[in-house]
Amino acid sequence: MEQVEVAEAVEYRKKPTNKFVQFLKRCGRQHALLVMTIPFLIWLFIFKYLPIWGWTIAFQNYRPSKDFMEQEWVGFQHFMFLFEDERFLRVLRNTLAMSGINLVLGFVTAIILALLLNELRVVVFKRVVQTVSYLPHFISWVVAAGIVQQTLSPDGIINELLLRFGLVKESILFLGIGEYFWGLFGAATVWKDVGWNTIVYLAAMTMIDPAQYEAAEIDGAGRFQRMWHITLPGIKSVIVVLLIMNIGYLLESGFEPQYLLGNGMNVDYSENLDIFVLKYGINQGNFSLSIAAGMFKTIVSFILLFAANNISKRLGEARLY
Amino acid sequence: MRTNFSTSDKIFDYVNYVVLTLLMIVTLYPFLNTLAISFNDAKDSIRGGIYFWPREWSLDNYRYVLSEKSIYNATLISVLRTVIGTIVTVFCSAMVAYAISRQDFVLRKFVTVAFILTMYINGGLIPNFLLVRDLNLLDSFWVYILPGLIGVFNLIIIRSFIEGLPDSILESARIDGAGDYRTFFSIVLPLCVPVLATVALFSGVFQWNSWFDVFLYNSSTSELSTLQYELQKILQNSNASMTQKSAGDAFAGAMHNQGTVTPTAVRATMTIVASVPIIMVYPFLQKYFVKGMMVGGVKG
Repeated sequence: MEQVEVAEAVEYRKKPTNKFVQFLKRCGRQHALLVMTIPFLIWLFIFKYLPIWGWTIAFQNYRPSKDFMEQEWVGFQHFMFLFEDERFLRVLRNTLAMSGINLVLGFVTAIILALLLNELRVVVFKRVVQTVSYLPHFISWVVAAGIVQQTLSPDGIINELLLRFGLVKESILFLGIGEYFWGLFGAATVWKDVGWNTIVYLAAMTMIDPAQYEAAEIDGAGRFQRMWHITLPGIKSVIVVLLIMNIGYLLESGFEPQYLLGNGMNVDYSENLDIFVLKYGINQGNFSLSIAAGMFKTIVSFILLFAANNISKRLGEARLY
Repeated sequence: MRTNFSTSDKIFDYVNYVVLTLLMIVTLYPFLNTLAISFNDAKDSIRGGIYFWPREWSLDNYRYVLSEKSIYNATLISVLRTVIGTIVTVFCSAMVAYAISRQDFVLRKFVTVAFILTMYINGGLIPNFLLVRDLNLLDSFWVYILPGLIGVFNLIIIRSFIEGLPDSILESARIDGAGDYRTFFSIVLPLCVPVLATVALFSGVFQWNSWFDVFLYNSSTSELSTLQYELQKILQNSNASMTQKSAGDAFAGAMHNQGTVTPTAVRATMTIVASVPIIMVYPFLQKYFVKGMMVGGVKG
C-alpha cells in the first residue's frame, strides 16, 4: 500500500500540471471498477433519463407518424386545457383526497398499533401479532383487490354483519357507490400496510432508555401516562421525518388499488392522476395531453420532495438518502 | 422486571390482548374466507354463509382453474421472471454498489448522484412506454427484467452494508494482490450474503406480484402472461359485471361457465393460487424482510 503511494507521489512530482493525464491514469488503475459501472450508467441513461426527452411531446400536437422536427408545436396549450378540464380537476381532487386519507389514517393507525405492540409483555404473542399483521403487505394488490371484492360483495362478511345486526335492510353494493370509495380505499390500505408501517416505530421505541419507564413508574405514572409522556416523545423525531417525507409524496396516491377496485360506478371518486394518464395515453392515444398531466405530477412531486428533504435536513434529522 | 401489577395495569393488558386478537382476526379472516370459498362447492357458495370453513368440500374449483392450459404457462413465466429477475438485479446492484463504496473510485460521486436523481425525477408512464416501444421490447420477456434492473433503494442498502464491512478485510486483500474483480467476487460478494438475501427477497416478491408491466407491454402476447395478470383479468371481469348491475355471481364473464363453477368461486380460487407461494415462504423469511426494512431506514 505504502509503496504504491510513494510511486504515485513520485509520478505526481514529475508531472504536476497535467490533471487530465492524472485522471486517465487513475481510470487505468481502476479499469475494473469502470467495467463494473459503465454498462449500468448507459442503462441508467437509456431507461431513466432518455424518457424525460418525451416531455417535449407535451408541448406538441403529437402525431406518431411525423418526425420530431415536423411536429406542430403548441406551447402550453395542453396544460391550459388540463386546468380547465372538469375531469382533470376531479382527478386532482381524488388524488389529493386519497393521499390525504392515506397519510392521516396510515400514520394514526400505525402509531397506535406500535404503541399497543410495545406494551405487550408476552414475547411469543407479540411475535405472532407482528407476523400476522405484516402478511398482507407481501401479497400483491391484485390478490388484495380480489379479497376486498369478496369481503365487500353482497354475500361478503361486511354485509352479513350489517344485516345480522339490523343496521341495514338489504345488502349494500359497496364498490358500486362512488361516495364510499375513499373510505373503502383507506380501509383497504390500512388493512394491507398497518402492520408493516409499525416496524419503524417499534425500532425507534427500542432505543428509549428503560430507566425512564422505571423512573416514571416510581413517580406513579400509569400505563397511559407512560405511553404519552415517554414512548410518544421518544419516537417523535421519527414521526416528524416520516410525515415530512410523506408530504413529498402528496401526488402519489397509489395506482393499483384505485385501478383494481375502480369501476364504472365509482369512477368519479376512484380515478386519480395515474389512471387519468393511463386512460388518455394508452387507451385513447392522446399522448400529448397525457404526458402534460404526467409532467405536472412529476414536477410538483419533485418540488415537494426537495422541499421536504431540505426541511428535514434543517431539522437535523435523517434525509431520504 | 416489574413484578407486581396494579389492577388498572391488568385491565389494560386484557384490553390490549383483546384488541390485538381482534386485529389478527380482521387481518386473517379475508384470507381464510377466500380459502374456504375456493374449497367449497361453487353452487353451494351462492347460498352464502361460508365463513372460516367450507360447508360442502369440493375440489371442482381447482380442477376447473387448473384445467385451463394458460395457467401453466402463466405460472412458468411468473417463476421465470421471479428467478431471473431476482438473480440479475441482485448481481448488478451488488456490482455497482461495490464500485461506489470505494472511496477512491473516480466516478464515485457521478454514479451516485446519477442514480439518486432518478428517485426525484422520471419520465413517467407514457414516455417510458414509448421508450420500450422504440427499443422493440414490446411483447418480449426482457421487458420484465430490463427497465427495473437496478433499484436505487437496493443500491443504497448494499452500499451501506459494504461500507460497514471492516476496512482491514478489503485492505489485506489488496495487499495480497487481489484486483477489484477478485476482491468483489471472492471477498465482497460472500460477505454481503445477508444484505443480498434481503434485496433478493424484496426483488423476488416484487417480481412475483407484478402485473402492470404485463398489462402495459405484453397484453397482446398470451404466452408472456403471468399468474397475477390472469387474476387481474378475472377481477376486471367481475368489476365490469358489477357496472352492468348484475352484481356478483350473475355474469357470464370471460370464463365460460361449465356448470359447476361460478365467477366468485373462480376468483377466490385464482386468488389463492396466485398468493400461495408468497404465503408459504413468508413466515420463514419474515425476519429478513424486517431486517432489510431497518437497514433501509437507517439511511444510506
